[in-house]
Amino acid sequence: MNLPFTKHTLDNGLDVLLHEDHACPIVAVNLWYHVGSKNERPGHTGFAHLFEHLMFEGSQHHDRGFFQPLQGAGATLNGSTNADRTNYWEVVPTGALELALWMESDRMGYLLPALTEAKFSNQRDVVLNERRQNYENRPYGLAPMALLAALFPPDHPYHWTTIGEIADLEAVGLEEVHAFFRRYYHPGNASIALAGDIDADGALALVDAHFGEIERGADVEPVRVSATLPGDVRIRFEDRVELPRLYLAWLSPAMFAEGDADLDLATDLLANGKTSRLYRRLVFEERMATDVSAAQNSREIAGYAQITATAAPGHTLGEIEGVILDEIVRLTSEGPTDGEIERGRIQAESQFVFRLQTVGGFGGKSDQLNAYNVFKGDPAYFQRDLERYQVVTAESLRLAVARYLDPGRRVTLSIVPRDRIALAAPDSTPAVVS
Amino acid sequence: MTIDRGRLPQPGPTRPFAFPAIDKSTLPNGLRVWTVRHTQVPIVAFMLLVRRGASSDPPGKDGLAAVSADMLDEGSGDRSAIDMHEALARLGAQFDTDIGSDATVASVTVLSRFADRALGLLSDIVVRPAMREEDFLRVRQLRLHRLTQIRDMPGAVADRAFLKLLYGPHPYGHSPIGNEASLAAMHVDDVRAFHEQTIRPSVATLLAVGECQHDAIVQLVTDCLGAWTGACDGDVVPTQTLPRGPRLSIVPRPKAPQSELRIGQVSVGRDTPDYHALLVANTILGGQFVSRINLNLREDKGLTYGARTAFEFRRMPGPFVLQASVQTSGTASAIGESIGEIAGIRGARPVTADELSLGVAALTRGYARSFETADQIARAVMQLALYDLPDDYFAQFVPRVECVTADEVSRVMTRHLDPDRLTTLVVGDVDTIGQDLGRLGLGDPVVLPPDAF
Repeated sequence: MNLPFTKHTLDNGLDVLLHEDHACPIVAVNLWYHVGSKNERPGHTGFAHLFEHLMFEGSQHHDRGFFQPLQGAGATLNGSTNADRTNYWEVVPTGALELALWMESDRMGYLLPALTEAKFSNQRDVVLNERRQNYENRPYGLAPMALLAALFPPDHPYHWTTIGEIADLEAVGLEEVHAFFRRYYHPGNASIALAGDIDADGALALVDAHFGEIERGADVEPVRVSATLPGDVRIRFEDRVELPRLYLAWLSPAMFAEGDADLDLATDLLANGKTSRLYRRLVFEERMATDVSAAQNSREIAGYAQITATAAPGHTLGEIEGVILDEIVRLTSEGPTDGEIERGRIQAESQFVFRLQTVGGFGGKSDQLNAYNVFKGDPAYFQRDLERYQVVTAESLRLAVARYLDPGRRVTLSIVPRDRIALAAPDSTPAVVS
Repeated sequence: MTIDRGRLPQPGPTRPFAFPAIDKSTLPNGLRVWTVRHTQVPIVAFMLLVRRGASSDPPGKDGLAAVSADMLDEGSGDRSAIDMHEALARLGAQFDTDIGSDATVASVTVLSRFADRALGLLSDIVVRPAMREEDFLRVRQLRLHRLTQIRDMPGAVADRAFLKLLYGPHPYGHSPIGNEASLAAMHVDDVRAFHEQTIRPSVATLLAVGECQHDAIVQLVTDCLGAWTGACDGDVVPTQTLPRGPRLSIVPRPKAPQSELRIGQVSVGRDTPDYHALLVANTILGGQFVSRINLNLREDKGLTYGARTAFEFRRMPGPFVLQASVQTSGTASAIGESIGEIAGIRGARPVTADELSLGVAALTRGYARSFETADQIARAVMQLALYDLPDDYFAQFVPRVECVTADEVSRVMTRHLDPDRLTTLVVGDVDTIGQDLGRLGLGDPVVLPPDAF
């Protein structure tokens, strides 16, 4: 199983990845900039994402909305920002490839002349509404803020969420946009992948013709900060919710680092799906929780593993915490069963095959090629990525759990209904959320 | 090659695309077996569609169809719920059940080497569920907890309240999850009886899309589901008249930073001859990023992260709904603008030639993109089975949409939308916005208690 491609680097440093798939008369254009909220500084949070919005407001040679010509050509398109990268993509009918490249290259090369104060303030309002919709006005919506702030110290760029703090978003000015664009939005800090109904040689010539003229900027220095937790950090937060929810989180390996795949499988067997150990105990048998889930959130320079459970009425988060720790201790001492390892392996294989179904969009083949290229410097990493899961053994998984899911070094966050502090895990102090 | 930055490149012609060919058989028990060969990736997607959903909930038993669907994967024969999921997990399967107004769908996607075992499990799940009382009690309890939780979710509160306002006691007037009273009164025998009456081969279609052969699938389905029998009750026929409620209602959410908005009315069913024209009209009005309403509320006024409209086409007349979360201070303004846009497209501000060509192109030029993955194809083909659409439906889609004219857009929007009958619902901070809402000319807002649904 593999994801074939060719890679070229233009003179200005732009990486070009090409993958042919002629099943459908469509082409995915996927462009990554290696910048995210990790590149922000305290007091200036939320900027990388706000900037992503400005990329859709027109550029020098097309000073109108970015969506219109592309939707009129039958494209679907979007963009997203996370801690480590910003991506932009279009899926276009084959005949509109040139249009997509023209549009993407114009905003890479010529964004600033079209950027006005009016556009800037409009998109700031939109982003503040995005924050209200997805965080402030949503039950448990502020949990990521509280969790990340407790896991990572204030000078660590994973301390804040990508959406940013309200005060920072309100304070930011148009001049910052210029500096940010020059520093991060240039071919040397970007990678473009084309997947679909293309002829690789012709597509490369088209990319070169559109992007080759854009000047390379200065190299971006990698961000290097480390984090440690002092002990069991126990915090709570009162929210407009009916049922209390417990979050346990640990610092864990970065993406692709040793232990990352083990923890991926460990969090699955602990708490994902009806076959998981914690679902069986908390939801199925003892019925003290309404749901439970877990994830190894691996990012570029660090990761955090997380287990989340919502208490059923009549139960406290302290009870749930006890069961979760009990299962972690049991996994640490006994390890997983052979059946669990086999199940994890086959699920990984299936997931990787499912990922080969679509050329574009979030998680499609073009997005995966860019992820491997930007984070590993190796777009051919698909096969080796799968192998990481296939070499996990009961013992390597047990060791990873023992090393990283340390009950003595974690964040324990309780979100409880207002004025129901007694439901929180014991010894919690109020969290500061901004 | 040099690039002319003076003008945008014009898109070239679209390469012809062969839509999926569907092989069809019907088993002696009435079960339809439809397959599509799609061999890009070595997987098979199975979907078992049963044309009975939440609109089949008996009076006073809102939520029964959904609980019944939830009970499907709770074990079969000697297998417990956990055993069943263990079996699925060992195939690396993606399994899902989905309940809508008109249908219940169970689906499983697997690597093709596991196709026969996956179909066996899917058959046990849908046709031979154990329906044990202890499992029912647990599943019902989880649903009651869910009802408790969604009281804090403005979108879910709005959706439930809005259906009630539009439809009242009509079979579409409740969301599939039901309500506390109906769930509390439910018994496992209700679930068993409902399954017996509705999950029947005469209203079911088994779809298989992927690396598969029609004859082999038919044989496999015959082995797994050939013995499935029983007639089904007739189609749902509503006898109730639609309510004529207040034009403007609000569910209080004190100190909410945003208002959750729904504006709409009962409109039209999937069988309308105006379907393609309505799709075009809605695309222009609120169906895409560059729609009138999104450009107005988001890109011009910055009041929201996004606003959209849709005709929810169903077997009976479905709702037309505008939905948006808008900042609290802009609630009344957003409502006024939205209603103005809905009224405008009916004739006062007819669609321009540019808007029409963009709307048509957005629907047609990218149409092939909806047929890329096995799941996408299965969902597209499922629409044919659910709404009795002809085999050449996909091939006819683009020409039909391309025929739509600006006059037709005005005509169908005038026929199927009536600004005087629009119902507006806000979930938001009544203390802050109550006065503004009163000045919209929609009458005084009726305050609905949060637990009224």
